[in-house]
Amino acid sequence: MFELIGITPQVLFGQLLLGLINGSFYAILSLGLAVIFGLLNIINFTHGAQYMLGAFAAWMLLNYAGIGYWWALLLAPLIVGALAIVAERLLISRLYKLDHLYGLLLTFGLALVIQGLFRNYYGASGLPYAIPPLLSGGHNLGFMFLPNYRGWVVVASLTVCLTTWYMIEKTRLGSYLRAATENPVLTEAFGINVPRLVTLTYAFGVALAAFAGVLAAPIYSVNPNMGADIIIVVFAVVVIGGMGSILGSIITGFGLGLIEGLTKVFYPEISATVIFIIMAIVLLIKPAGLFGRAT
Amino acid sequence: MAETARNVAQADPAPQLAVENLHAWYGESHVLHGVTFAVKPGEVVTLLGRNGAGKTTTLKSIIGIVGRRTGSIAFAGTETIGMVSRAIARLGIAYVPEERGIYASLNVEENLMLPPQVRPGGFTVEQIFELFPNLRERLASQGTKLSGGEQQMLAIARILRTGARTLLLDEPTEGLAPVIIQQIGRTLARLKQEGFTIVLVEQNFRFAQSVADRHYIVEQGRVIDMIANDELDANHDKLQTYLGV
Ligand SMILES: Nc1ncnc2c1ncn2[C@@H]1O[C@H](COP(=O)(O)OP(=O)(O)O)[C@@H](O)[C@H]1O
Ligand SMILES: [Mg+2]
Repeated sequence: MFELIGITPQVLFGQLLLGLINGSFYAILSLGLAVIFGLLNIINFTHGAQYMLGAFAAWMLLNYAGIGYWWALLLAPLIVGALAIVAERLLISRLYKLDHLYGLLLTFGLALVIQGLFRNYYGASGLPYAIPPLLSGGHNLGFMFLPNYRGWVVVASLTVCLTTWYMIEKTRLGSYLRAATENPVLTEAFGINVPRLVTLTYAFGVALAAFAGVLAAPIYSVNPNMGADIIIVVFAVVVIGGMGSILGSIITGFGLGLIEGLTKVFYPEISATVIFIIMAIVLLIKPAGLFGRAT
Repeated sequence: MAETARNVAQADPAPQLAVENLHAWYGESHVLHGVTFAVKPGEVVTLLGRNGAGKTTTLKSIIGIVGRRTGSIAFAGTETIGMVSRAIARLGIAYVPEERGIYASLNVEENLMLPPQVRPGGFTVEQIFELFPNLRERLASQGTKLSGGEQQMLAIARILRTGARTLLLDEPTEGLAPVIIQQIGRTLARLKQEGFTIVLVEQNFRFAQSVADRHYIVEQGRVIDMIANDELDANHDKLQTYLGV
């Protein structure tokens, strides 16, 4: 059947796997953006830089402190999340009463500063980060070869995304978050510390980006531009899914990664732009996004 | 019960809530112009007045969610005028807004469990279901899928859990059917019996009369008169003029 259309299953599944991996990153990154936007009403343009910081944190932990991949997976999000707390308290929190545009400009500016600093110190060429020994090699599944690390990225991303969804939709802390998102003034009038919730939410969304950065380090080389490259696509994913929807950003992230992969097989000419084409169509038909609530 | 209220009044304890010369603004618009009134522990008082008089703004000022306010609001002797709303709530004041404030993104159970306990001795969930049996069957529903009456019950129920003993209720009977109003009336009577201090904003002054000890009349951002509940009938004409009915 595959031969009929001139495509081997190896190629098809290989590209689907690549799509799934890209989708893994789209999903975690757009999920973080959605969580932050929901509560803070700020489009976090620093997100790509914070993803890059996560990858660099892993690289630095390894090269300066001898701390390996598995610890980095935990520590890098904590470190970058702590930096996010400082940024939120010191800078972003001053803008909540102003127009959204100010938040956008600040976070965009922050991204440029962070990326510029790292380019200055580390150059733009990229630093290698090895796949952890436990996940090197791969499995021959018969119809395709599955590198272990790539399988792990998909599993880890799905786990983190679904855990986040569960925490937000099904736990008490999540109900605080939803309440503060919907009506911060009343929520605070019940005695709930909304400003602290806002700070922690920002840190959590950023920590997700840093986690994605660590996952990405062994696949893409660690370099100062890695965030700027992916974040453009992620914003398109967010526009397609609808800003602020938790489950929507997860589904859209993985879905668009797969579509991108399929496009590489069937119509490679547009594979680099297919997401933007879909974005344009969605904007025309459903401007609030596939899962967005029109307001 | 009117008897105990009078005895309490005679003993004249320190007020639970003392509002003095309260001014409040929405942006540039100056809405309260020196509101002064006091509520004794265990008392139920109402704020009566025409639409736009400043009753809601007074409650919002007490719980601390009006942008700018000056004057004095003392709760059990603690000055709260400079405090943020969460700190005020944690002193033991709970608020039911006029629009009820049921969260659409939370189900009924989550709405009920949302406000944290600020004092020991709040109602247990079982006690709440005894008071409002309807809620038990609707726990998994989305909060805003409830009827207006059920939403009002939920809005009251969730603050009873917190252990707060001073309640600010903004028009709890607005737009509700008579049977529901009666149920809310019975609830308030029970709370009064248990010694809760209640500030009630009401348009429905028959309802107000059935639950309150005293009534403050609000007009153009000031309290302009006070009428004891047992003098309400004698002051019927005066009240009619105040309320413009
Ligand atoms: N959010 C707001 N922004 C500006 N003005 C407001 C706002 N809320 C109320 N007001 C004005 O403040 C005055 C008092 O309103 P309010 O306290 O709601 O009155 P009441 O509850 O007695 O009907 C009214 O003139 C109203 O128009
Ligand atoms: Mg009102």
